[in-house]
Amino acid sequence: MRPNTRTRMVLVAVLAAITVLSACSGGDGGSGGKIKLSLGLFGNFGYTDLIKEYQAAHPNIEITERTAAYSDHHKNLAAHLATGGGAADIEAIDTGYVAQFKATPDKFVDLNTVGGDKLKDRWLGWKWSASLAKGGQQIGYGTDVGGLAICYRRDLLQAAGLPADREAVSALWPTWQAFFDAGKRFQANAPGGVKWMDGGPTVLNAIFGQAPTGYYDTSDQLVVDSNPALRTGWDQVVDAVKANLSAGLLYSTPTWNTGFTQGQFATVTCPAWMMTKIKDQAPDTAGKWDVASVPGGGGNWGGSYLTVPKQGKHTAEAADLAAWLTAPEQQAKVFTSQGLLPSTPSLYTDPKITSYTNPFFNNAPVGKLFTDAAKNLNPQYQGPKAGDVQTEFGNAMQRVEQGKQDGAAAWQQLVGDVAKLK
Amino acid sequence: MTAPVPKLSFADRRANWDVKLSPFGFISPYFLIFGVFGLFPLLYTAFVSLQKRNLLDAEGAKFIGLENYRQLLFHDPYFWNAMGNTVSLWLLTTIPQILFALGIAHLLNRRLRGRTLFRTGMILPNITSVAAVTIIFAQLFGRDFGLVNWVLSWFGAGHVDWQAGTASSHAAIASMVVWRWTGYHALIFLASMQAIPSSLYEAATLDGAKGHQQFLRITVPLLRPQIIFSTVIATTGNMRLLAEPLLFNPGTAAATGGSDRQFQTAALYLYEQGFSKYDFGYSSAVALLLAIATMLVAGVAYLVTRRIQTD
Repeated sequence: MRPNTRTRMVLVAVLAAITVLSACSGGDGGSGGKIKLSLGLFGNFGYTDLIKEYQAAHPNIEITERTAAYSDHHKNLAAHLATGGGAADIEAIDTGYVAQFKATPDKFVDLNTVGGDKLKDRWLGWKWSASLAKGGQQIGYGTDVGGLAICYRRDLLQAAGLPADREAVSALWPTWQAFFDAGKRFQANAPGGVKWMDGGPTVLNAIFGQAPTGYYDTSDQLVVDSNPALRTGWDQVVDAVKANLSAGLLYSTPTWNTGFTQGQFATVTCPAWMMTKIKDQAPDTAGKWDVASVPGGGGNWGGSYLTVPKQGKHTAEAADLAAWLTAPEQQAKVFTSQGLLPSTPSLYTDPKITSYTNPFFNNAPVGKLFTDAAKNLNPQYQGPKAGDVQTEFGNAMQRVEQGKQDGAAAWQQLVGDVAKLK
Repeated sequence: MTAPVPKLSFADRRANWDVKLSPFGFISPYFLIFGVFGLFPLLYTAFVSLQKRNLLDAEGAKFIGLENYRQLLFHDPYFWNAMGNTVSLWLLTTIPQILFALGIAHLLNRRLRGRTLFRTGMILPNITSVAAVTIIFAQLFGRDFGLVNWVLSWFGAGHVDWQAGTASSHAAIASMVVWRWTGYHALIFLASMQAIPSSLYEAATLDGAKGHQQFLRITVPLLRPQIIFSTVIATTGNMRLLAEPLLFNPGTAAATGGSDRQFQTAALYLYEQGFSKYDFGYSSAVALLLAIATMLVAGVAYLVTRRIQTD
């Protein structure tokens, strides 16, 4: 090889390396003039039809949805915010995580600066303030709220000799103790392999959601070991597990999903979004399910927010879209198509909403049931790491269900684990 | 006495530089890329591991020296639990992988019909998406409706809660890794087996050596470099096992590796600290300790495999 060619080849190699490196931080591709907005979601938000509607009204905007599993979604979002790239233009955040994210409001567009302050009255007061950062920045618009009910299998209750009509079933369990007592009656005559409830952690979340104070007091101090409501609920559920009422499944796992299709349990605590999950997961069970009121009064589990990360390219358009998606008209549509309970109280007296019945759940009057629940709901303050505390409680209850520890030992380890969350 | 150095023309000198310098130019792409994607992240991780730093709040970082390491090494039983699980899974995956791969390569090295088909088939598990493999295996190892428990029930066992136990969860995760990587190593062994001169086997046959004796005395010793390579590769891979334990029990508690952290590996612990608890400094310290542990374990694996006899 002649020196000249060699020199040239060396130059080419070096240049190629530099090009490869710089391409990694490269610019964005041409998008044909359309503004592309992406939505980062978890679970089913019921937005597919709304997106078509919005695109029809805004021909210059193209919207894509991407959906991940609940915990993956939130961890990915944290990673994207930390690295300053990769987040969707609109990112959904669940109630359990919103306090954690609002601690760094500078990562999000302050929606109050783009007209959010004028929309404030749309939402339940507590829903609005739960995503409000300490400095007054609003990081997200509320989508749905959880509310609480109990979904139950009519056929399985009937087979075990319990009443199946929703009035009678609601009367069966005014308190959680009565709920577990009914469970013992069920278990005595239950069809083979069927348990009363899906798993301890799900019930635990419902009971905790009803307590006036949850994992944190309003000054963000963890009160897990000093809040009597938590320990009482824990002991009740441990007793129920010992009485063999639980199928031992942890929510949001594949085995739990299989439990719905295989009819492994007769009841599941049912925030409004759970109905969508059941319907999506086990479409074959249509008509077998029904909805009764929850023991122990109102409470909330779950519900989400739409946020606009600052790193997006089209934050103004994204904020407009987020406001539109969470406007009362759209929340009403999501409610009637997917059953997600609106967070905008103006709808709670709207006859379209209150008269809504769900055919999948044996035409249960879920409109009335859940709006009543939402009106009676005492919001609970969610501290910074509520999502992680909930995970630790789930693990602790699983240790009891798997027979690895008794209630007291699992609780003791839980308190230690929670203290490490700082 | 040295001969007088002839005076070089400029063109000659340029050609000299060319010969001396251009090799460095040719290998520069690797070093540039390594610098950006390997060395810099490593040094940056070391820097972050000396800080108390929230993942989302880089400005609020505080320098705390070796505090993270002190905490990890002396006050964090969950870290040691994760390290123990990692070593246990390393043993449960690496040893069967190498042994199975040797056996399979030996079988494939014979004359048999459809040889190419089998050889191609070996690599298929390896090119399958790790997420898909894990999710399917997690279904197979399901407690109530899993295929494995169903098969076990024929023999009167069955109804094992695979995720709940330490040993059972490790066995399940190891089976995923072994299934995925055995074929890869088998192909490496097969390629070298074919390079072994057949005269050695002919001579052995004349001396009256049986098939298994030939395998142990000729094939295995001559494969020593490949076995060392495969063991070290498998070790470094299995020491940072993340996807399999993470997806084995997905859901809200995925990052803790089971209700009692029974299958939480060190890489998963790093993930939990960094992306669940947002403790970026602490998880960086875990990363560096894991890197050191990987080097130590890979060194041990190297020393052990080096002891294979070569006559």
